[in-house]
Amino acid sequence: MKIIVSIKQVPDTSGKVAVNDDGTLDRASMQTITNPDDMNALEAALKVKDATGCKVIVVTMGPAPAAGMLREALAMGADEAVLVSGREFGGSDTYATSQILAAAINTIGVEKDDIVMCGRQAIDGDTAQVGPQIAEKLHLPQVTYAADIQKDGDCITVRRMLEDGYMTIKVKTPCLITCIKELNTPRYMSVSGVFEAYSKPLTTYDYEALKDDPLIDKTTIGLKGSPTNILTSFTPPQKGAGQMLEGDGKETCEKLAGILASKHII
Amino acid sequence: MKERESLTLLEIARLIDWLKSRGMSDTDAVDCIRYIASGNQPDSESENKDKEKERSAMDFHLTNEQLMLRKMYREFAENEVKPLAEEVDETEEFPMETVKKMAKLGMMGIYFPKEYGGAGGDVLSYAMCVEELAKVCGTTAVIVSAHTSLCCAPIFEHGTEAQKQKYLPDLLSGRKIGAFGLTEPNAGTDASGQQYVLNGSKCFITNGNVADTFVVFAMTDKSKGNRGISAFIVEKAFPGFSTGKHEKKMGIRGSSTCDLIFEDCIVPKENLLGKEGRGFKIAMQTLDGGRIGIAAQALGLGEGAIDEAIKYTKERVQFGRRLSQFQNTQFQLADMHTRMQAAQYLVYAAAQKKQLHEDYSIDASMAKLFAAEAASDVTRRAVQLFGGYGYTREYPVERMMRDAKITEIYEGTSEVQRMVIASRLGVK
Repeated sequence: MKIIVSIKQVPDTSGKVAVNDDGTLDRASMQTITNPDDMNALEAALKVKDATGCKVIVVTMGPAPAAGMLREALAMGADEAVLVSGREFGGSDTYATSQILAAAINTIGVEKDDIVMCGRQAIDGDTAQVGPQIAEKLHLPQVTYAADIQKDGDCITVRRMLEDGYMTIKVKTPCLITCIKELNTPRYMSVSGVFEAYSKPLTTYDYEALKDDPLIDKTTIGLKGSPTNILTSFTPPQKGAGQMLEGDGKETCEKLAGILASKHII
Repeated sequence: MKERESLTLLEIARLIDWLKSRGMSDTDAVDCIRYIASGNQPDSESENKDKEKERSAMDFHLTNEQLMLRKMYREFAENEVKPLAEEVDETEEFPMETVKKMAKLGMMGIYFPKEYGGAGGDVLSYAMCVEELAKVCGTTAVIVSAHTSLCCAPIFEHGTEAQKQKYLPDLLSGRKIGAFGLTEPNAGTDASGQQYVLNGSKCFITNGNVADTFVVFAMTDKSKGNRGISAFIVEKAFPGFSTGKHEKKMGIRGSSTCDLIFEDCIVPKENLLGKEGRGFKIAMQTLDGGRIGIAAQALGLGEGAIDEAIKYTKERVQFGRRLSQFQNTQFQLADMHTRMQAAQYLVYAAAQKKQLHEDYSIDASMAKLFAAEAASDVTRRAVQLFGGYGYTREYPVERMMRDAKITEIYEGTSEVQRMVIASRLGVK
């Protein structure tokens, strides 16, 4: 049994967000982090590894520096890493990206007991499309927004967190699960993990490595294969700091009502 | 120390001066700089030992592993240590839960081999850990430093295989905490049959109240002076051993500091560490290593105070301008950073030398002397930049200033470091 975790290096949007003239993110000038939801997916996979001893493989598509992020995943406890990188893949939107990642996951191989895990969405695009699209292209059943995962043999019970409540779904492996932050708290890299990370296998898949997969066609990958066009990007205006009132008594309620009235809200 | 692409001419000139000051000829110094500037990285076994040493003395680049560890230490310190630092100082409570978390991550045995339960790292990675912890909490930093340098290190370096197998797995995994007790004038030992009987007491023992394993020094032959001192591994449960009250201190208030009391304490003969009469040498070697840890603690405290001062002076507005816009603030912070950067070079160089089993005694003393005095100065200046707010416990800089003072005192005062350095220079 193995778990393949798809992760992404994203700009750290908690700092300053820089935008190029053409509306795309100026990634070079921003600090990068591993996408937070993907860290939850990796932690979920590592928890299964802790319990069952299964293998965990992390995969990402990105430029060469993304290898640093993969090494960090190896330092957290993943066993192998795959970097999908090539000029032909540049400029891919979610459709083309999922096409390429699905091909990469095909190349790694998904067997009967395996699970593919992804973060719900990346903080740079916020689309939540890549995970589900990978599942469709690999013909895997998918469960999104996982807030709890329980594995019992080849049956996985997932508690999905939706806007208006929870939904519990049972699914059989192989399957794809997208994870949210409520699922767990990602572990830190360990000291010994860091020293092992550079001796664990990290394989690069370029266009040549994937070109024979039926999903890979020059018209369905990269900029050419991306139906999405970005019209404009901008930094939204900062919201003002909110005002917190503490207390549950009548006095606090009156104070709140007074503030709302003074702002002509009520 | 950041990853860098090239050296500036000024840096090259300074490096050459530094190399020459360490006895290298002009030609050798220039060759050495050329070697570093070319970005050559030795491919391990093919490099000869001399070249490796030359590189190590001058190569200030961090390895990929060290850079990754620094990131990990920072995240851990920021998320797990910083939020508790004020409370730990206020309540004087030992942060046991934090120690357990550090143990789980391998931070209690960083530079020891995996075969004994260590993390398989290096001395610089350990110093960087203490540095990053000290940036946010001096207490947490010294717990790691005392445990690692003063208890794990002497057992690893001087213990028999049986002692290493018995004590190191628990210590390096952090299941047990270690401490160190140096001889007091009236402490003595009697040997009788298969055991030693220790009597006397020791004071100011870091980690004393929480440790399970102690490396302790006692006189086994008073007539021989220093050559009559022996080292022992003492367990908390040994009959006749007890600890005294927690010392109330000016800084590092959450760290445990207490007396160790030995009343006919029975220590089995197999717990003699090293040979009988070799205790003084073991103690001095252990303190050399300990000084790297304390120097790293001082380094982190100074750097942490600078981080806080930069943040504050960029926010605080006085006379219609941010404090950071005043030239005095800029010059103060420039001086503070320069001092801590110099301290970092000394600390890292000493750690690298220890890692390579070179003679690092003078380097450790210089690192501790300089880093401790720099930390005291820098934290004091940080309080000054904060003004009245800096004197309150609302901000962390007054705590950092209190914490920094001890680095000039413990594990050899600054005066002792000057004695060591002068003696190594042959100035008598």
